[in-house]
Amino acid sequence: MIVVIDYNVGNVKSVCNAFKHIGCESKLSKEAGTIENASGIVLPGVAAFGYAINALGPLAELIREFALNGKPLLGICVGYQMLFESSSEYGRHKGLGLVSGNVGPIPPGRVIPHMGWNLVELPEDMDLFAGLGNQKHFYFAHSFCADVKDAGAKIAYTDYGFELAASIQKANIYGTQFHPEKSGKAGLKILQNFYDICKRGAP
Amino acid sequence: MLTRRIIPCLDVKDNRVVKGVNFLNLRDAGDPVELGARYSDEGADELVFLDITATIRLRKTIVELVEKVAENVFIPFTVGGGIQTVEQMDELLRSGAEKVSVNTAAVANPDLLAEAAQRFGNQCVVLAIDARRSKDRPGKWQVCIKAGSEPTDIDVVEWAIRGEELGAGEILLTSMDADGTKAGYDNELNKAVTDAVNIPVIASGGAGTLEHLYDAIVDGGADAVLMASITHFENYTIMQMKEYLRDRGIPMNL
Repeated sequence: MIVVIDYNVGNVKSVCNAFKHIGCESKLSKEAGTIENASGIVLPGVAAFGYAINALGPLAELIREFALNGKPLLGICVGYQMLFESSSEYGRHKGLGLVSGNVGPIPPGRVIPHMGWNLVELPEDMDLFAGLGNQKHFYFAHSFCADVKDAGAKIAYTDYGFELAASIQKANIYGTQFHPEKSGKAGLKILQNFYDICKRGAP
Repeated sequence: MLTRRIIPCLDVKDNRVVKGVNFLNLRDAGDPVELGARYSDEGADELVFLDITATIRLRKTIVELVEKVAENVFIPFTVGGGIQTVEQMDELLRSGAEKVSVNTAAVANPDLLAEAAQRFGNQCVVLAIDARRSKDRPGKWQVCIKAGSEPTDIDVVEWAIRGEELGAGEILLTSMDADGTKAGYDNELNKAVTDAVNIPVIASGGAGTLEHLYDAIVDGGADAVLMASITHFENYTIMQMKEYLRDRGIPMNL
């Protein structure tokens, strides 16, 4: 069973709706026992970073342990940003520190937020993109982005006048800056792929 | 490269999609959930649902509708109309909306934008501006509130700049003069606002032909184009719009 972390921010239900639509079972929960026994967890999030990490509270440590035990974790949008060490959105905030790197503002000189559908180059060796070809459009809505410093992380990029990290995979830890639950058919395929990863156990 | 967006707008009144001319003479255009799902299947980039009765009748916002849409639509959608508090925004976002738009409440209490941005991130906060050409000040537009029924003295361009500073992540800019006329967007208005702010601007009001969409993007500088009449009454499909714009060199998600 995939557990979607329920922590009082926007769009958690959208992720469950998307799983349901593709016939994958998922459960919205903030119970420690349920989360620990999950086959994989999704950390969604529509919120400012500081609000999100505070709202997560003690669940943060639980999610960290879950991932460090090698079980599949997928962070989406601010849930993805929280995988990193820190963010400077409205103050200075510590993240989960599962992936090396920091979250900072998108460099000026372009329209911000980065809002809409952008083309992501899909590396063949990233599990989330199985069956999606070389490139696809996904929906982004964010003003901050991760500067990925982790040598162990595979990265998929999109072009926004600079190489913007759109998705990462570090062993069993997955993240997308874009919203797969709001990215039409290609996005639903990513959730299907994550479901399949959880079903067969982490890589 | 980031694509330009095609955004059908569903004005909802008493659980039906309606569409008028210059905000008046409403015509029925169908069921909001069905229509939303159809546009999503046809390749729309995003949807906007505006509860057009909410402000006038002080009706509660459309949480149940948002929940139903979210179960059936897997592209982003914005909800607006009558939203007054951060708590109402929270409820709508948690029900499945990607963004919320505010107009009247932000004019009455500009700090609402800042409060919302700090809680949800600015990408969730859409400032909707209903703009009308000023009769007294040529080349200027005035902000109208309460579903267009009440003009204010606020200048549209100045309000857009202020909105960005406060934390709005996007502007939904509707020309009341052009709305529903199918005579083309007000691209002087669009250009004045897109030149003044650095956040995305959705041009709204007046789409009648495919060329109008192109003009709003190229002449008006719009990041996205919103339309209602020409999609609801099936003048053009979403695909026709996207192919036309792509063939004229505009990046599209196709």
